[in-house]
Amino acid sequence: MLKNYFKIAIAVLKRRKFFTFISLFGISFTLTILMVLTAFINKVIGDNYPDKKRDRSLYINRIQESGDNNMMSSTLSYYFLSHYTGMMKTPAKVAISSMFKGTNTYVNNKKIAVNFKYTNAEYWDVLDYDFTEGKPFNKQQVTNADRVAIISEDMKRQYFGDVTTVVGKYIEADNVDYRVIGVVKNVPVTNYMLYSDIYLPYTVSKEDYKSKGYLGAYMAILLGNSPGDIPKMQAEYESIISRVPVERKEFKHVYSHANTFFRSYVDTGNEKQSGVFIVVTAISIFVFIFTLLPTLNLVNINITRIMERSSEIGVRKAFGASSKTLVYQFLVENLILTMLGGVIGTVLSIFALYAINNANLIDNLELSINFTVLFIGLLVCLVFGLLSGVYPAWRMSKLNVVTALKA
Amino acid sequence: MIRLQNIEKVYRTDTIETLALNSVSLDIAKGEFLSIMGPSGCGKSTLLNIMGLLDAPSKGEIRIDDQKTGGMNDKQLAQFRNKKLGFIFQSYHLINDLQVLDNVELPLLYRDTTAKQRRELAAEALEKVGLANRLKHFPTQLSGGQRQRVAIARAIVGRPEIILADEPTGNLDSAMGNEIMEILLSLNRNDGTTIVMVTHDENMAHKTHRLVRLFDGAQVQ
Repeated sequence: MLKNYFKIAIAVLKRRKFFTFISLFGISFTLTILMVLTAFINKVIGDNYPDKKRDRSLYINRIQESGDNNMMSSTLSYYFLSHYTGMMKTPAKVAISSMFKGTNTYVNNKKIAVNFKYTNAEYWDVLDYDFTEGKPFNKQQVTNADRVAIISEDMKRQYFGDVTTVVGKYIEADNVDYRVIGVVKNVPVTNYMLYSDIYLPYTVSKEDYKSKGYLGAYMAILLGNSPGDIPKMQAEYESIISRVPVERKEFKHVYSHANTFFRSYVDTGNEKQSGVFIVVTAISIFVFIFTLLPTLNLVNINITRIMERSSEIGVRKAFGASSKTLVYQFLVENLILTMLGGVIGTVLSIFALYAINNANLIDNLELSINFTVLFIGLLVCLVFGLLSGVYPAWRMSKLNVVTALKA
Repeated sequence: MIRLQNIEKVYRTDTIETLALNSVSLDIAKGEFLSIMGPSGCGKSTLLNIMGLLDAPSKGEIRIDDQKTGGMNDKQLAQFRNKKLGFIFQSYHLINDLQVLDNVELPLLYRDTTAKQRRELAAEALEKVGLANRLKHFPTQLSGGQRQRVAIARAIVGRPEIILADEPTGNLDSAMGNEIMEILLSLNRNDGTTIVMVTHDENMAHKTHRLVRLFDGAQVQ
């Protein structure tokens, strides 16, 4: 019986090529968008290079000061982070770094855009950057404010060209020459808290890192000894922050949190609006709309398709098909259509990711197919098939035989 | 074999009520070949559809093979039609996307049969109507007469006791019409199949055992 259904499903698909194209396009395009989106989210949230110890790390990247009618929110000052995290007993180490900042440099009269960030020495212990040559700067070099730099592989290629080693060579950034002491594998810019082309000791910063203001350009990562330290570190930081005096009279509260990676990644810096809520809601609405539209489209097309076949429905009923059997037949046909769309969508996704990676739209971002997501995507196709087939099949099965044969 | 008692069929719209069949009673014996005639719109096809359990009467009782059909649900009706009845339509109603053999197999899909059995029975039915060499053709590749023969093969493949034919020669020229009529007569004669046929053709009707005439929904002969 299934073979018969399969034959007729293929015949129907061939018969109305335009409808088939629209249906398959709807399904495969939706799947492709979902695959690219999840590949992107997966890369951004799931990829743990270079913070491989995420399970025992907390991120502090925002501070908010608020009064009755005013509010200020920003990254933090080096002083604030080193002073207050310095009071904490649980963290094994604390990495402090500035957010990346852009400048231009010139090689052979050619302008290169460069992003650089400042870090402390512990940054290199907390994070697991892969060094392709050289090594990180140490505490002494930071204390001495040595003009040393660690650069990304991408920067090495852009600035020095195709050479084997660059350790010991000088690179100019922000009108200062720095001696390269290490090269690390690229971090995609989507990991904005850790991405940079050049990493420098914070002590060489032209800005006053000793200023005692709370707001600045820095963030911190607290590293616990084990994942069990996470709640302890959070509680300890909250307790310290609750005792931090307000900077100015017009403010009444100081807020800052040590968050897990995802929470800090989407933090809005506003106590009243959860970044997690906004991001999850936005993604959910996007996915919902993107899956709803082709489903409705399919329902519509299926109704037309099925009603065109009313003579067949009449004949099948006359010769012994019950309404239930017919619903089953049309669902099987619809599943064949959606699974075909799923396969095309998978191929399209592979092509789309390949094209995005090759177009180099986002620095250092290498997207890849997530097979779990692919499996879920195909499962979603199956659900599509059922959802978009159930209503038309039910309507069709209720058709009176005589009316169906006359149509 | 078929007993209709006081069958009434009323079609209702918001404003009009049309009486399509008015108190029709009919007894059709096992092995009988009955034809129904009458002008267009007199209720011939409605009566045939009611006999074939494709439509429900507004009033009256239908018994087929001594079984009351009134209280049957969708599934029971489907099974009953599948086992007892075969249909032949004026416009054939073949599924153009399926090959001849697949079309003929159709009634067997709703029975407990294997694919091999289905193939064999369908090929046998097609041989009976003289189309053994057209198994892999599609309906659109056949002439009108050949299509109607495929439809007959589909109607007999499940070996039903009753065949209901709604103007089976209506779309065919007289030569082809005669061929189809011969097949039906031989089915009735050789296999003992009960046949009820709606027709406009007096000649065809006179070849059958009995003729029933309808006028304005009522039986006049």
